[in-house]
Amino acid sequence: MIRVFLVDDHELFRSGVRSALDPRRFEIVGEASDVEGAFAGIRRTSPEVVLLDVHLPGGGGRAVIDGLAGDSARARFLALSVSDDAQDVIGVIRAGARGYVTKTIGPADLADAIERVHGGDAVFSPRLAGFVLDAFGGDVPVTQASDPELDQLTPREREVLRYIARGYAYKQVARQLSISARTVETHVSAVLRKLQLSSRYELTRWATDRRLV
Amino acid sequence: MSARTGSKVATASRRRRGLFARSATDRVVAGVAGGLAEALGVDAVVIRLAFVVLGLAGGFGLALYLIGWLASEDPISGAPRERSLPDSLTHSRHAVAVGFIAAGMLLLLRAAGIWFGDALVWSVALAAFGSAVIWTRSDDAGRARWTRLATRLQRGPVEAIALGRVTRWRLAMGTLLVIGGMSTFLAYHYSLGSLRNAAFAVFVAVAGLALILGPWTYQLARQLGDERRERIRSEERAEVAAHLHDSVLQTLALIQRASTPEEMSTLARGQERELRAWLSDRPPSSANGSRLLSAAVEEAAAGIEQRHRVRIDVVAVGDATLDDRLRALVDAATEAMANAARHSGARRISVYVEVAPDAVSAFVRDEGSGFDSARLPQDRRGIAESIVGRMERHGGVATVTSEPSEGTEVSLRMPWRAG
Repeated sequence: MIRVFLVDDHELFRSGVRSALDPRRFEIVGEASDVEGAFAGIRRTSPEVVLLDVHLPGGGGRAVIDGLAGDSARARFLALSVSDDAQDVIGVIRAGARGYVTKTIGPADLADAIERVHGGDAVFSPRLAGFVLDAFGGDVPVTQASDPELDQLTPREREVLRYIARGYAYKQVARQLSISARTVETHVSAVLRKLQLSSRYELTRWATDRRLV
Repeated sequence: MSARTGSKVATASRRRRGLFARSATDRVVAGVAGGLAEALGVDAVVIRLAFVVLGLAGGFGLALYLIGWLASEDPISGAPRERSLPDSLTHSRHAVAVGFIAAGMLLLLRAAGIWFGDALVWSVALAAFGSAVIWTRSDDAGRARWTRLATRLQRGPVEAIALGRVTRWRLAMGTLLVIGGMSTFLAYHYSLGSLRNAAFAVFVAVAGLALILGPWTYQLARQLGDERRERIRSEERAEVAAHLHDSVLQTLALIQRASTPEEMSTLARGQERELRAWLSDRPPSSANGSRLLSAAVEEAAAGIEQRHRVRIDVVAVGDATLDDRLRALVDAATEAMANAARHSGARRISVYVEVAPDAVSAFVRDEGSGFDSARLPQDRRGIAESIVGRMERHGGVATVTSEPSEGTEVSLRMPWRAG
């Protein structure tokens, strides 16, 4: 049973998620429709996974993650949005969300994504994978001050992301590359960490272009 | 892009017919001054004033205007093209040059005896110079705003001044020059003593008026500013409302009348795409096809979604301008999407396009019924051939991977040089 908290300013969407999630596997411990409500609710109920809308009154999903960053709460965030704007993606992921899916995701995929985030893994939609490939794109040399460990994707990670962008599920990626699904998870989590910590200048420039930094 | 094409057209026709094109948009009489200003890269006001001043020199300006009209060609039809204006420094340099040319002409005409008299011409020239200082603006942003404002309301220029957009310094300088010109004119006709009296009287009157009307003018200026902001806001609102009405409300009406869930979701999906494109300010595709690879693929996907009621998710990494090879790639990918939509039975198709420095790749994947690659169904072979054949004709490669009940993936790769 995973304790889930919903943050979305659309009542209709919250009730949709509620009915879509199997009550035997997920317990919806609370809901909030704005940033302030989310702070209070998440602190009170200490959920395991927070489904977080990117666009929220009072500062957006990013503000929720930032505001709770100091707390010792062990909540993990899965960002949801109707928008597939690159700006939203980098914003929430950089803030610390463990994944990003669009709201058009099917119920089964959503349940899967929540379980994955709960297990500490990253959730990459094809679009997010495409974005990461874009941001880490090319083999341009990195600036000297940066950490090559963080600022480049390994060829294997790139390969994994490319399959995800092509619409392959993790299991299918594993089969294509003849590796275990667990290894795919490891690669994807590594990519997420790089995305959050990298100082690769394209990423910075990319974000600056979109007025994020 | 369009501006560049526009000037190309202008160059071509200029060689053919006239020295420059008269302006269709920036005109007072026949657009000669506007056209000349555009050709020389100065403010039309400068040219106009030059014509006026020269006109006083024995009507020479009038003759010059007629010559200009004869030597020029008809305005270029179509939308007013965006002018690529020189930077403000060159701009003011050009204006000064025009001023000197006019002054030189004046001296020449004076020597030749074509002259209405010193008193009139010099004072008007001085006043005209002052006027030019006030009415020309060197910054392009101000100019653009000006034009918009002027078209929007008749009192545009007055409002612009009232709002302090023309800098105070310019205004003061210009006013001084205009007053100087007027005084010179008066001084020639009356004795200086009476002029001083008159000037004092005028000064007192102006000071009085300023005291009386000052606060009121200030209020008015502020009100105009507020009104202007409000007007812009309401225009924006009207634009958004118009768009929502044309697109979203229409679609919602259609959805309410739709009978099947598939029909509904197709309508919703099409609307979603349209709205996203609008929000992200993506340039609408032109008549001869979209210019960017990603836009072309999105468009193709949208078309197939409409026809076949499937969902196609397009992910693009990098982007490139379309050329013949990439167009072939898009066509092949479109074919693959249509194929997947028609035959696979999958409700969702993934399309991934990647631009690498040496090649552009596209993957079209479904998780539908798939087929045995060894025994291609008859109807599929033709399509596969049109995909593979098309790619190979342009020097690319296409591979189709499929397993029964595992889905199908079409991989396309087109060698390509960046830039």
